Amino acid sequence: MHHRRGVSGWRIARDGERIVIDGELRIHDGAEIWRELSLAAASPGPRLDFDIAGARVVDGGVMALLVERRAILLRRGVASEILGASEGLQSVVHLLHGDEAPPHVEVQRELGFVERVGVETAKLGTRVQTGVVFLGELVASVAGIVRHPARTDRRGLPALVVRAGLDGLPIVVLLNFLVGFVMAFQSMRYLQLYGASPFVADIVGISVTRELAPLMTAVIITGRSGAAYAAELGTMRVSEEIDALQVMGIRPVSYLVVPRILALLLVAPALTLFADLVGIAGGLVVGVRGLGLTPRGYLSELRTVIVPGDVWTGLVKSGVFGVAIAIIGCRNGLATSGSASEVGRATTATVVQSLFAIVLLDTLLTMLFRGVGQ
Amino acid sequence: MTTVMLSVTDLSIGWSEGNALIEGATFEVRAGEIFGILGRSASGKSTMLRTLIGLEPPLAGSIEVCGRPPDHEHAGPPPFGVMFQQGALFGALTVGQNVALPLERWTRLPPDAVEAIVRAKLRLVELEAAYAQPPSTLSGGMRKRAAIARALALEPPLIFLDEPSSGLDPITSAEIDRLIATLAHVLGLTVVIVTHELGSITTIVDRCVLLDKESRSILAAGVPRELTHHPHPRVRNFFTRSAEAA
Repeated sequence: MHHRRGVSGWRIARDGERIVIDGELRIHDGAEIWRELSLAAASPGPRLDFDIAGARVVDGGVMALLVERRAILLRRGVASEILGASEGLQSVVHLLHGDEAPPHVEVQRELGFVERVGVETAKLGTRVQTGVVFLGELVASVAGIVRHPARTDRRGLPALVVRAGLDGLPIVVLLNFLVGFVMAFQSMRYLQLYGASPFVADIVGISVTRELAPLMTAVIITGRSGAAYAAELGTMRVSEEIDALQVMGIRPVSYLVVPRILALLLVAPALTLFADLVGIAGGLVVGVRGLGLTPRGYLSELRTVIVPGDVWTGLVKSGVFGVAIAIIGCRNGLATSGSASEVGRATTATVVQSLFAIVLLDTLLTMLFRGVGQ
Repeated sequence: MTTVMLSVTDLSIGWSEGNALIEGATFEVRAGEIFGILGRSASGKSTMLRTLIGLEPPLAGSIEVCGRPPDHEHAGPPPFGVMFQQGALFGALTVGQNVALPLERWTRLPPDAVEAIVRAKLRLVELEAAYAQPPSTLSGGMRKRAAIARALALEPPLIFLDEPSSGLDPITSAEIDRLIATLAHVLGLTVVIVTHELGSITTIVDRCVLLDKESRSILAAGVPRELTHHPHPRVRNFFTRSAEAA
C-alpha cells in the first residue's frame, strides 16, 4: 500500500485492486499526481481500477492523466475502469474517452541508417531535378529575350538596379576603403624593413582590383540583394502570387528572375569599380600617412604596375558573381513551399550557397585569368 | 445544346497514388452557370481548384477547360481567370498595375487604352478609387474585389474563385456574393466557386458538387436547395449546418 497527501489536500492510495483517489486534484500538482499514480499502479494484478468517489475536484488536466494511466494499464492487458465518478466528472471522463478502449497508438519506427540514406538520396534527386527544370526555364527565358528584345518588359529593371546598386553603394564604399587601408597597414612594417615603401601601391592595387574588390562586393551583394530576392520570391510563393502569375500565362522565371539577374549583372561590376577606387584610396591614406609617400608618388607607382587586364578581370569576376547570386537567391525563393519558416530557410540557404559559389567561382576564374595582364 | 465550359472525367487528386484526396470525380460545368465546389475543411476543395487550373498535376483522369487541358504550356492567353483566396495581388505594383498586367502581357494595347480598360474593370468591382494605391492599403474584401477585376482583365468566359467570401464580415461577404451574381448574369460569365460558406451557396450557386473526405469522392451533386433533403446524412448535415454524427 502506498499513499500520499498533497499540499492542496489530495490523496492517492493503492488498496488491492483499486487505486483510491480523493480530495481536490488540480493540474498545478500534476507532476506529483502523475508520479503517485505511477507508483500506485506498479505491479498490477489482472485488474486495477481507479476509484474517484472521494474526489471533490478533478480538473481536466488531472483527468487526462488518469485516463492515460488507465490506457497504459489496458494496453498491458490489465482490466481497468474509472469508478465512482459523480455525474459531472463522468461527463469529463466520457469527453476524454476514459470509458472506452484506448486507441491503438502507432509507434513511429525510427528509420535505420540505410533507409535514411535512401530518403536523403531521393530528396537530393528531387532537388537536382527541380534545379535542372529551373535552369532550363531560365535558358528558355533568356533565349526568348535575345530573340525578341523589344517584347521584353524592362520596366521593373531600373528599380531593381537602384535598390541593389545605388542603395548598396555607401556600404560598398566604406568596407572596401577599410579593406584597402588594412591591406596597406598590415604590409607597412615589412615594407619599411626592406625600404620598399612605394611598393605598398603594388600590393594594394593588385590585390584590390584582381581579388578583394570583386569578392567583398559580392559578399555585400549576397547579404543585401541575394537574401532579399529569396525572401521576396519566397513570400510571393507563400501568398500565391507566383501561382497567380502562372495562371495568367506569365512565366515567373521571365517575369521575376531574369530582371533580377540582369540587375545584378549590371550592378556588381559597377559597384566593383567603385570598390577598386576606394580600396586604392585606402592604401593611399596609409602610404601617405604611415610610409611618407606623396600622393603623386603612390599613384605613379600604381600606374606602373596596374594594367587594364587587372581591372577588367576583376569586373568580369564580379559580373559572374552577380549572376550566380541572383540565380541562387531566386531559385531558393521560388522553391519555397508553404510557410513563413520556409522563407527564412530559403534566405539562409541563399546566403550560405552564394558565399560557397562565390569562392568556388573565384578560384576557377583566378585560374582561368592567370595569364591575363601579368 | 448548352456549351460545356469545364469537363472533369474520372479525376483523382492529391499528393500520391494510394493517398488520394478525391477519386473518380466526374462533373461538367455549363456555360453561364455559377457552379460550386463545396466541402468541409480538409475535404480537398483547394487541391481540386489547383488541379483544375493546372497548378497541380492530376493523379488520374482528365480535365478540359474550354476544350483544352489546363496546363500553361499553350501559346496565347489562358482561357480562364482565377481569384485566389487572399487575392494574391502583387505588392510591388499598384492595384491598377495589377489589373493591367495580363493586358500588357497578352495584348498590344497602348498604355492609355490599357488604363481605360483597367479603370472600367475596377469600376465594375466598385474599386476605381484604389487605382493608384498599393494593395497593402486595401481591406480583405477590397483585395478580393481587385483580384476579381484582375481575373476579368482579359474577358475570359470562365473564372475560378477560391473562397470569395471567407474571412469577411457577413455584410461584405453578401456584397461579394451579389457582385459575383451580377457579373455572371450581366457578362454571361461562367463562374466556378470553391467555398464552404452556406450563405453564398444557397444564394448564388446554381449547381454544385460536394466533396467528402471520408469517402474520398463526390458525395452529392445537384442544386443546393434540393440537397438539403438528400438521403445521405453527411450531405444533409452539410447543408443544414448540423454536426450530428453521420
